[in-house]
Amino acid sequence: MSLNTENVMVLLGKANLKEGSRGAKIKHFIGNYGILIFFALIVLFLALAAPNFLTLNNIVNVVRQSSIIGIIALGMTFIMITAGIDLSVGSVVGLAGVIFAMLAPSSGSAFWIPLVVGLGVGLLVGFLSAALVVWGKILPFLATLATMAIARTAALVITQGQVISNLSAPAEWLGSGFLGPVPIPVIIFILAAIVCDFVLSRTKFGSHVYAVGGNEESARKVGISVRRVLLSVYLIGGVLAALGGLVLTARLNGAAPVAGTGYELQVIAAVVIGGTSLFGGVGTIRGTVIGVLLLGVVMNGMNLLGVSSYFQLGVQGVILVLAVLLNRWRTD
Amino acid sequence: MTEPSATAQPLVALKDIQKTFGAVVALRGVTIDVMPGETFALLGDNAAGKSTLMKVLTGVYQPDAGTIELDGVTTEFPTPSASRDRGIEMVYQDFALADNLDVRSNIFLGREPQKNFLGPLVKIVDRKRMETETERVLARLDIPIPPRLKVKRLSGGQRQAVAIGRALAFDARLVIMDEPTANLSVAKVDKLIEVTQRLKDLGIAVIIITHRLDEAFAVADRFAVMRQGEVVGRYRTNEITETQVAHLISHGTLDDYVESAGTESGQKRKIGSTSSIPVVAEAAAANEKKKDRS
Repeated sequence: MSLNTENVMVLLGKANLKEGSRGAKIKHFIGNYGILIFFALIVLFLALAAPNFLTLNNIVNVVRQSSIIGIIALGMTFIMITAGIDLSVGSVVGLAGVIFAMLAPSSGSAFWIPLVVGLGVGLLVGFLSAALVVWGKILPFLATLATMAIARTAALVITQGQVISNLSAPAEWLGSGFLGPVPIPVIIFILAAIVCDFVLSRTKFGSHVYAVGGNEESARKVGISVRRVLLSVYLIGGVLAALGGLVLTARLNGAAPVAGTGYELQVIAAVVIGGTSLFGGVGTIRGTVIGVLLLGVVMNGMNLLGVSSYFQLGVQGVILVLAVLLNRWRTD
Repeated sequence: MTEPSATAQPLVALKDIQKTFGAVVALRGVTIDVMPGETFALLGDNAAGKSTLMKVLTGVYQPDAGTIELDGVTTEFPTPSASRDRGIEMVYQDFALADNLDVRSNIFLGREPQKNFLGPLVKIVDRKRMETETERVLARLDIPIPPRLKVKRLSGGQRQAVAIGRALAFDARLVIMDEPTANLSVAKVDKLIEVTQRLKDLGIAVIIITHRLDEAFAVADRFAVMRQGEVVGRYRTNEITETQVAHLISHGTLDDYVESAGTESGQKRKIGSTSSIPVVAEAAAANEKKKDRS
């Protein structure tokens, strides 16, 4: 099967494809639905191999586990479509989490103030990253490497390295509550995904995000405020990373200053698997959601099948490489 | 030098425009005007000030001195969009397209039409309108391209059509084309003539920025030659030869122009007196300029 696909890919890559030709249609189909087909095959395989996989309990579990990475990945999608990247998201998870936890001690019933301040922390770090990128003209990779370190340091200094445990009941609800059978983190993820998809695919701002990623110089020439677009995407990325941090903190009923370490890599992997190009201009929220769920399902499946955890990161790596190859071939 | 007929009102007149960047004087009091529906070429070497002048006209730069008149009324273009809103459109040398987007999105890039989504609070991009408008505009140029085709699939000529279509979609009165053949394959000048003729038929004035004489002579009604931030001559294309213009571009004056053996025999008009002493010629040219400015 895989060999077959490869052959087709090689053939198509060399053919000069005309719009509407049969080859182009096949390429279009595989390019657009390849990752979805892959996802379906994995689900099918796990449904047969692991009897517990297709239970409602497990499905809810998978989506809930994916929801935090998912929320952060939504923001990362905006940033990566502008050809940027945000390495600070994991640190924002940690910093927003500890501030949320400190402002919502179990003795009280605080909810709104910790929520708003926690999200504000994400905006602040996002603004700092954007400022370095837009006004400092520093490459996003380096700018957010710096903000990653700064935000983590802030989390460690504020807490003196200590874990803050026990939240107020309403704050904890954000992570462990249910609406009917659906966990609150899943609801937050779905709502955030719908809003982000709408903004990116339907609004003028969304169009400008694609334009900036496609050709920044052209965008500037036609009068699009590239600064405003870049500033906005890093603010969106920051606030969604903070939201992910609050949900994580609420779910664990406590915050560690080192929480979220390494999240940036999982998030970027999920976004790339979902079809977003590191070079910008290409990507969708729907793709990112699929990428997040794909990684979640694979991890869950390996757990169910008793695959050693030593292997799990490597499998993620293999999937990432396959996705990158698929994307490059598709946009060729 | 030919002045535009006194009866007609210029569409755009730039008067005595000056622009300095630090110690570099880019424009030293430049005056040009373009009549409605006219095709006007701006000739000159690199760094002659052509692009800077056009950036003043399109609101990218603010002049240090001088005025911009539109329909005889003094106006200012503090931003590029202010200039575009008044019907002045720029077609960039690289066409300023986004390859990852389709034709309709590129035509409306930065100016996407919007419609209400579930009430007046939320607005979304009106893609259907973009599509119908794109079809209409490209039909006017007689270059049909599917509106949903990704721009990276287009040929050089088609890309230019999209860039010009962008200008037409917003009822441009003046289209500025920056080195329009620079990104086209050779022998596309014919197509350029066709397109500018079509723009003329639509009553749209065109300014072509170029350093290619053949291009200017093929499409323009009138032209101005710029050198070192000044206009050193304004002519109708039928009253001067290409070799004379080439001399003007490199020397800034025709006073020391000597007909060489290679010159076309069919000269339409002999210009200036030839002088064997360059210094005198320079001084004469300077006097000429002073007269121009007053």
